[in-house]
Amino acid sequence: PTLCLQWPYCSKRCSYCNFNTYVVPAVDEAALRACLVREAQTLLHLSQVHSITSVFFGGGTPSLASPSTIAAVLEAVAGAAHLPAGAEVTLEANPSSTSTSRLSGFRAAGVNRLSIGVQSLDDAELRMLGREHTAAEAQKAVEVARGLFPGRTSIDLLFGLPGQSRDAWAQGLEAALRLCDDHISLYQLTLERGTALAAQVRRGTLPAPSQDLLADMYQTARTVLMAAGFRHYEVSNFARKGALSTHNLSYWRADQYIGVGPGAHGRFVLPGEGGCREARVQTLEPVTWMWEVQNQGHGTRSRVVLSLQEQLEELLTLGLRTDEGITHERWGHFSPELSLQAIFGEPGEARALQQEGWLVLDSGGLRCTWAGLAVLDSLLPDLLCQLQRV
Amino acid sequence: AACERPYSSRGKEKLDMSTYPVESIRNFSIIAHVDHGKSTLADRLLEITGTISKTDRNKQVLDKLQVERERGITVKAQSASLFYKHEGINYLLNLIDTPGHVDFSYEVSRSLSACQGVILVVDANEGIQAQTVANFYLAFEAQLSIIPVINKIDLKNADPERVEKQIEKLFDIPTNECIRISAKQGTNVEKVLQKVIEKIPPPQCNTADPLKALVFDSTFDHYRGVIANIALFGGEIAKGQKIVSAHTKKRYEVNEVGILTPNEQPTHKLYAGQVGYLIAGMKEVTEAQIGDTLFLYKQPVEPLPGFKSAKPMVFAGMYPVDQTEYNNLKSALERLTLNDSSVTVHRDSSLALGAGWRLGFLGLLHMEVFNQRLEQEYNMSVILTAPTVPYKAVLSSAKLIKEYGKDQITIINPAQFPDKLSVSEYLEPTVLGTIVTPHEYIGKIITLCQDRRAVQKDMLYIDENRVMLKYLFPLNEIVVDFYDALKSLSSGYASFDYEDAGYQSADLVKMDILLNGNPVEELATIIHKEKAHAAGKLLCERLKETIPRQLFEIAIQAAIGKKIIARETLKAYRKNVVAKCYGGDITRRMKLLKRQAEGKRLMRKIGNVEVPRDAFIRVLKRETDK
Repeated sequence: PTLCLQWPYCSKRCSYCNFNTYVVPAVDEAALRACLVREAQTLLHLSQVHSITSVFFGGGTPSLASPSTIAAVLEAVAGAAHLPAGAEVTLEANPSSTSTSRLSGFRAAGVNRLSIGVQSLDDAELRMLGREHTAAEAQKAVEVARGLFPGRTSIDLLFGLPGQSRDAWAQGLEAALRLCDDHISLYQLTLERGTALAAQVRRGTLPAPSQDLLADMYQTARTVLMAAGFRHYEVSNFARKGALSTHNLSYWRADQYIGVGPGAHGRFVLPGEGGCREARVQTLEPVTWMWEVQNQGHGTRSRVVLSLQEQLEELLTLGLRTDEGITHERWGHFSPELSLQAIFGEPGEARALQQEGWLVLDSGGLRCTWAGLAVLDSLLPDLLCQLQRV
Repeated sequence: AACERPYSSRGKEKLDMSTYPVESIRNFSIIAHVDHGKSTLADRLLEITGTISKTDRNKQVLDKLQVERERGITVKAQSASLFYKHEGINYLLNLIDTPGHVDFSYEVSRSLSACQGVILVVDANEGIQAQTVANFYLAFEAQLSIIPVINKIDLKNADPERVEKQIEKLFDIPTNECIRISAKQGTNVEKVLQKVIEKIPPPQCNTADPLKALVFDSTFDHYRGVIANIALFGGEIAKGQKIVSAHTKKRYEVNEVGILTPNEQPTHKLYAGQVGYLIAGMKEVTEAQIGDTLFLYKQPVEPLPGFKSAKPMVFAGMYPVDQTEYNNLKSALERLTLNDSSVTVHRDSSLALGAGWRLGFLGLLHMEVFNQRLEQEYNMSVILTAPTVPYKAVLSSAKLIKEYGKDQITIINPAQFPDKLSVSEYLEPTVLGTIVTPHEYIGKIITLCQDRRAVQKDMLYIDENRVMLKYLFPLNEIVVDFYDALKSLSSGYASFDYEDAGYQSADLVKMDILLNGNPVEELATIIHKEKAHAAGKLLCERLKETIPRQLFEIAIQAAIGKKIIARETLKAYRKNVVAKCYGGDITRRMKLLKRQAEGKRLMRKIGNVEVPRDAFIRVLKRETDK
C-alpha cells in the first residue's frame, strides 16, 4: 500500500486547473501539519497497514509547505507503519518554490524524488496557462532539482494548448529533452468545465485545438521520446534508465493506497469489516476537514464498498493504461476463479479488438498495442460490457 | 356580485339544476391566439364567481395535464360552470375552455358549437395574430356574439388603442365595444362577466324537446369509465335514461350527470341549454367522439352538424428501444390513447427496429405532447422515426392494383413507397396557411415560402404596419421546422395558422440514408425531387454530428435508388484516451466509462457502425430544439 498526502493550498490558481486547491492569504501551517499527522496515524491504524511502499505529496502546491512539515509527516508515518529506507518519497513542486535551500530541506526531511510542474518552456504559453514562473525559472528549478535528486527528477509538460502549432510543440519537446532528467509526465491539456481557460475557449477568445492536431502532437511526442531512450510505460508517462514512478504504478495496478488531507482519495481494505476494499474520499474543504480531524481523528467524507465487479472494472480500466497491461497474476489476485482468458479469450469484444490490432491477450496478460493505447477510451466501454456479462 | 348558491357545493349531495331557466344561462368560450391570456382570464373568472377560492396558486386551473402546465398550453378542452348574481338574478355561466393551438382547431370548432358567444382575447401589445383571425372566423361563421377583450394592459408596451383599431378594421367591431383588462391583476375582469350576461344571448332551446346532446370532449377515468363533456341542445337528461350515440349507434344507460366546477359535481338532471358531463358505461373514448350527438333511445333526432372523425396530419413511427419493451409500450399506448381519440394507431414493423406502430397526429405539437406524456406519465422512452405526411399514389401497375384492391393508395411508411414505374401520379397533401406579420419582414417571409414550394394566394394589409399573407403549402414543407424558421426570421413577430386544402400532384422520390453502404431504415424519407439534395445533405451533416467517432472511418450517404446525392465522412479516432488517471480521477472515470458501456448496450448497430438510440431523434428534430 502507498500513502498520498494532499497539501491543499496554492499561491494562485492556474487558468486550467480544477483541482481541490485553495488560494488563501495565510496558511496556518502548524494546524495543517498537526492534522495531516493525525489523520495519517488514524488511517494507518484503521487499515492496519504494516508497510508503506511509497509516499506522494500532492495537492495544491506541496513545495509551499515548509520542510519541517514534510519531516513531521514522514516521521509520523514511519512511526505508525514500516517505511523502508529506499521507499520512493515524491514531492510535487512548483518552479517558484524550488530554491536550493528549500529543496535541500525537503531532501533532508526524507524526500527522495521531485516532480516539477514545468508545463511549458515558452513564456507566452506559461502566461496563457496562468503559471507563476517563466521558462527560465523552470529551467533553473530543474537544474537545481537534478543536482539534489539525480535520476529522480520528473517534469510535467502540457500539450494541445489553445493556439499551439505542431512546430511550437516540436520545439517545446526539444527544449524539454535538453533539460530533463529521466522521467517526463506528458499531459494533453483537458479544458475542464468551470476553469478560466475553458471559458475563454468557449467564448471564442482562444481557439480550440482540432482532434487531428492533438493526435499528431501525441504521436510526435511518443516517437521523439522513444527515440531519446524513454520507455512509454503509461498513457502519459515516460521514463528512461528505469526511472519509473513506483507510486503511480501502484494506482494502475490497483494496489491499496491511503489518501490523507482535504480531498484525498484512497482505496484500501478495512480489516474486520468483512475485508472489503473501499473507495474513500476525505472532506474537500480544508477548514472543515481540519475540524473533523481534530474531533474524530480523520476527515473521511465518503466510504463506498467496491464490489468485486467494480474492483475488476477498475483494474481493467487502469491496468490497460500501462505498457505492461494486466498480468495474469495480477488479475488472479482479484479474481482467482475467472481468469483473463476465460472472460476475454472467448469470442466477443476483446477478440474483435485483437483482430483489429488494438489489443493483445497472451501469456503476458492483457494489454494494448502501441496503436491501441492512444484510443484506449474507445476500447474500454466494449471491454466493460464484456466483463459485465460474466 | 359574488355568487350566492342556494345549496352547498362540494360533497356527494346532488345539485338541482332546474332552478336555472334557459334565460339565465349563458354558454360561452374564450378564444385567442397562443399566450394572449385565455387561461389566465379563465382563472380570474373562476375566482370572481367564487368557483375557486382566490389564492396566489391559481394558475391555469383548467389545465390539468402535467404537460399542459409545463408548456403553458391548453391541450384538452375543459369546461366550468360558474354561478354569478347580477342585478338580482342568479345566472349560470358555462365557460368552455378551448385549446389554442392550430393543431386542435377541430376541437375548438366543436366547443364553439355548444356556445352562443365568445370572449375574444387579444394581447394589448402583440395585437391581432394569426389564430386571433382564425378563431374569430370560426366564431363568426358559427354566428356567435363576440366580446372583444384587450388583455395585458398592465404591461409596459401595451397599446390598447392600436389594437382596438385593428379589431375595428379587421373584424368590423366598433372600438367602444372592447373591454380593456389585465387578467393577471384582475382589472376590469368583472366587467367582462357583466358583458357576457348582457351581450351573449341565452341558448335557444327547449326542455320540452326530445334530448339532443353534443359531445364536445371526453376523458377516460379508470374507475368510472368514459366521462363525456356534453352540451344540451334540447330536452333533459338524468340517471337511468337510455341514450344512443348517433355516430356509433350504440346504446347506453346513464349512470351519472353533473356539472364541472371545474371538478365533477353530480346533479339530478341536466336541462336544455346547460353544459356538463355524463357517465354512461362507455368503455373507450372512441365511443364518445368529439362532435357526436346523443339522443334518447327510440327518440332519434337530427344529428348536430359538423361532426367529423379526427384527421391526422402528421405521422411518425414509434418503436420501443428494445423489443423486450414492446408489451410495456403497447399498454402505455393503449392507456394514453384512451384519453386522446384523435391519435390514430396502426401496427407497423421495420426490419431495423422490429415491431412497433405508425401513429397519426393532428400536428407536430400534438406529437410532441404525446411523446412527452409517454415519458412523464408512463416512463417510456421510444424511438421516433421521421415525421411524414400521408402521401398518395395513383397506381398504374395492374399487379399492385390487384394487391391493394384499389387504384389509389395512401403511403404512410416510406418502406411502402411504390416505384415510379408502377405509378401514374404521386400526390401530396396541401394546406392553406395564413401568416400575419409586420411589413418589414415581408421580403424574407416571401422568400421562405417560395423556398417551401408554396404558392401565394392572397396578401392584404390589415393595418398600416401589418400584412396578412395566404399561401398554399405542401404539408410536408411546414411539418418539420417552418414555424420555427418563420419565427426566427421575423424575430418572433410573425404568426402562422393553417387548414387542410386537399391534395396536389407531386414529383416524389424515396431517399435512403446509408452508413458505410448499409441503409438506415428509420431515416428513409419520401421527399419532393426538388428538395432531395438539400435534405440529403442536411441529414448527412446532422448525422455526422450525432454519431460518435469510431475506430474506423464512416461514410454517411444519401441516395435515391442507386444514385448517391450527398455524402459526409466521419473520420476515425486517432487519439481518445484521458490524460490523467490518478487517485482522485479514478471514480469519476469509472462513472463515465460505465455510462458509455451502458450506452453501448442501447446502441443500434448498422453494419459495424454503432449509432446511439437518440441519434435519429436528434437528427430529425427541429434545429432550435437541439
